Amino acid sequence: MGQTKKIKVMVNGERIERDVAVRTNLSDFLRNDLGLTGTHVGCEHGVCGACTVRVNGQTVRSCLMLAVQVDDLEVTTIEGLADTGPVSALRDAFLKRNALQCGYCTPGMLASAVEYIEKIGEPDRKKIREHLSGNYCRCTGYQSIVDAICDVIQVGTEK
Amino acid sequence: MTGVKFDFDKPTKLIGQPEARLDAKRLLHGRGRFVDDIQLPRMLHAYFIRSPIAHGKIVSINTSGAMDADGVVNVFTGKDLENVVEPYVGVLSHLAGLRSPPQAPVAIDCVKWQGEPVAVVLAHSRAQAEDAAELIEIEYDELPAVVDMEKALDESCPLIHAGYDSNLAWQRTVDVGDVSSAFSNPDNFVVKKRFKFGRHTGVTLEPRTSIAEYDPSDDQLTVWYSGQAPHMMQFIFAKHLGLLEENVRVISQDVGGSFGIKVHTYGDEVAVAAIAKLLGRPIKFTADRYESFMSDIHARDHVVDARMAISASGQIVGLEFDDVTGIGPYSMYPRTSAIEANQVLNLTGAPYVIPNYRATSKVVFQNKNLMCQYRAVGHPIAMAICDCLLEEAAAHIQMDPVEVRRINLMADNSYPRTSASGMKLDELSHQAALNKLIEMMDYNSLRADQLEQRKDGVFRGIGFVSMVEVTNPSPMFYGIGGAPIASQDGATVRLDAGGGIHVSSSVTEQGQGTNAILAQIVADVLGVDLARVKVTTGDTKTTPYGGGTWASRGAGIGGEAALLAANALKEQILDAASVILQAKPSELDIKNGQVVDAKTFVEKMNLSDLARTVYYRGNELPDEAKPELVATRHYRVTDAPFVFTNGAMAAHVEVDIETGFVKVLDFWAVEDCGRVINPLLVDEQIRGGVVQGIGGALYEECLYSDEGQLLNTSLADYLVPMASEMPDIHVAHIETPTKSSVLGAKGAGEAGTGGAPAAVMNAVNDALRHLGVTIYQMPMTPERILSALAETKTDN
Ligand code: FES
Ligand code: FES
Repeated sequence: MGQTKKIKVMVNGERIERDVAVRTNLSDFLRNDLGLTGTHVGCEHGVCGACTVRVNGQTVRSCLMLAVQVDDLEVTTIEGLADTGPVSALRDAFLKRNALQCGYCTPGMLASAVEYIEKIGEPDRKKIREHLSGNYCRCTGYQSIVDAICDVIQVGTEK
Repeated sequence: MTGVKFDFDKPTKLIGQPEARLDAKRLLHGRGRFVDDIQLPRMLHAYFIRSPIAHGKIVSINTSGAMDADGVVNVFTGKDLENVVEPYVGVLSHLAGLRSPPQAPVAIDCVKWQGEPVAVVLAHSRAQAEDAAELIEIEYDELPAVVDMEKALDESCPLIHAGYDSNLAWQRTVDVGDVSSAFSNPDNFVVKKRFKFGRHTGVTLEPRTSIAEYDPSDDQLTVWYSGQAPHMMQFIFAKHLGLLEENVRVISQDVGGSFGIKVHTYGDEVAVAAIAKLLGRPIKFTADRYESFMSDIHARDHVVDARMAISASGQIVGLEFDDVTGIGPYSMYPRTSAIEANQVLNLTGAPYVIPNYRATSKVVFQNKNLMCQYRAVGHPIAMAICDCLLEEAAAHIQMDPVEVRRINLMADNSYPRTSASGMKLDELSHQAALNKLIEMMDYNSLRADQLEQRKDGVFRGIGFVSMVEVTNPSPMFYGIGGAPIASQDGATVRLDAGGGIHVSSSVTEQGQGTNAILAQIVADVLGVDLARVKVTTGDTKTTPYGGGTWASRGAGIGGEAALLAANALKEQILDAASVILQAKPSELDIKNGQVVDAKTFVEKMNLSDLARTVYYRGNELPDEAKPELVATRHYRVTDAPFVFTNGAMAAHVEVDIETGFVKVLDFWAVEDCGRVINPLLVDEQIRGGVVQGIGGALYEECLYSDEGQLLNTSLADYLVPMASEMPDIHVAHIETPTKSSVLGAKGAGEAGTGGAPAAVMNAVNDALRHLGVTIYQMPMTPERILSALAETKTDN
């Protein structure tokens, strides 16, 4: 197992204290130690985006981060993304547009979509596609995902 | 087809409506349950040590270091499993002459491809197993590797299998009409090209994963498997581990993409089940991405020398080709690795009237990962051979590619008839699909734009494909050849006491929306609210027996079984209602979950009351009434070996001749998949398929060194399409329901992948042809486009 270290981390609003192996990456820690299996692993080398979570509000690839790096920080996974505001609107729009098939990419996709809406927020298909380029989806043609994000932004601006 | 009559146009219809997939909500909340999410008590993790070389003898394996390592419980080699697993052979009797030696799940004396399992470490965590694997010493005696499939049949080439006289696995020739005179007639124009189709692979975002658990007290093996065909795997585990089939349960719930990758027998998965049986505790195996690239089946890998003869007026007179394909060292079990070649022979030219056709395919062994069926098996090759030659020929006789198709596509009213290779075709709509496509894409303005842009040095091209897709296979596909693969599927539909409906089906869900469309069909037939229909699939213990999901058969076959079962349940419900309400069944109907008067729609009784009467208060029924509120029906295609669908697609691309980079600007697809059950789901299926087809045409390739080393084993090196590179894809439908079923659905899962590559290749060539350049190798990478451009420069 190698060296371990005690970490204190807020995960989805719950205070967690654990001894973790220093080498354990965040995605394994979330999935195996905390049972938060909504975070998926597609490559373990930072390319596919399936493992995307939020750490202190920033999206990160949890396969590229060590669990010890989130000591004293706040982590939000798909299970903890509040079902209000843009997240809830995105879930509805994903459903309406059929923006998921197997759903393996979906938690990471939602995290990136929330980030897009918060940071860029333009209903510009090209920009959305660019923003999502770190999230691979092998099932959809991406189009429905872009449609869903556009829907949420447009409804948001109409309000 | 049965005598069931069904009204698809009633005002309350659900079939054909863009209903949202209710069971997708779970996935949006991170509440999916993929196999790797499951943790069982006492579970161990398997890590496979795989061969680092393409071909060699195993001289020795020393596992002692690993056995003492932290967390390790056991280590197994091929020899340790030799007497536990009966070897398997990937041949089918209807592919006459196909040969392949027996395979073991873990190599015993000899390794034949880089990535072949050699030993497996079992530990309390995957990390511990991986650490311990480094302590295992394996000595190999390397042998020369057969890598280049074009040289595999040379006399001087080393043989991969002792006892075989060559590296040939199978070959077949189709010869119809008089090809030689078609080509020797001086009035005909002949185009000749060499096509190359690189190897690629499925890259399911969720890697292959399985957990096997064995209970020795009742000899029960349970396998949670991320795959497509639970009943097939039940047979395979039982047969090769010496168990009774009824003692093997295979469960396949959430599956993170499959695309044909997850419908085969992989050594690592068989080994995991065998070890679970030996150790009597659960074993989990999850491939990492590196292992996925090395061990998930690869596909395509064809070199085709092809020629077409066309008359001056644009009629195809003859088509001829020689195909060679490399399948790795074994034919995959149990579907075999010869099906793709067979499909190429059967399907090439199928949309067109081609009087003279001759085609040969040679399937050869080589020391690379195994090749087998991946989405759109054989279709991208078959469609590219014919449609790319056709556009090339049209260019030479200065005919528009649309016009040349209009001349040669089979007339929509000319069915039933046979294809060039002799396949039975029926109910296709090529001409109508092409017309719709042209309308939708505004062809004339695109052509005008092409000329305009060219003046500014911007090279755009438009390419087409007219295609067929094989769906809904009958027993003629696998069963006839001895494979344990059901072509029929079943559905059980039950009215529960609360008034809800439960459907259990043998087709499986991998995200395409199988469960959703089954619910939609059943809700429509029964006249109940969609939200009240719950579906179970993917469990050999609880569902009817069937083939699972492959060859785009879920909707066409599974959907028909569900329709028939729901119809039978409806009759049962109306029978029971007629007793309770003292009416004739024919005077009653079901609407909105209520038994109603068939004429006036006046509500008589809700389904829950009816079910509770039957289940709880049978005393209220006359003794002779024996109501059943559950019905099972099965369905298989009987009137043809397969059902065919057709489509027309077009790609609009821009080629940068400085960088060689191809940008797909737009893509259109018109599909005739028979009756559309849910356009929302089918459209995105087609788009996803097109995106995989574009991937195959432009980016995806498993690259091997001359020594048989796979060079790109990460997602950073193997390129799959990303959102920013993909265009919007416009989808439209023509609906010609198949008469072989009541439902009339044909299937749609693979069309995009089958057709898009040819359309993209034609578009690239349309952009470049005026420069004297064409390219017939996929993927059409920037490097290949630049070197094609450079060749013409030197030629000039
Ligand atoms: S698993 Fe982290 S980016 Fe792929
Ligand atoms: S829905 Fe399957 S990978 Fe995106």
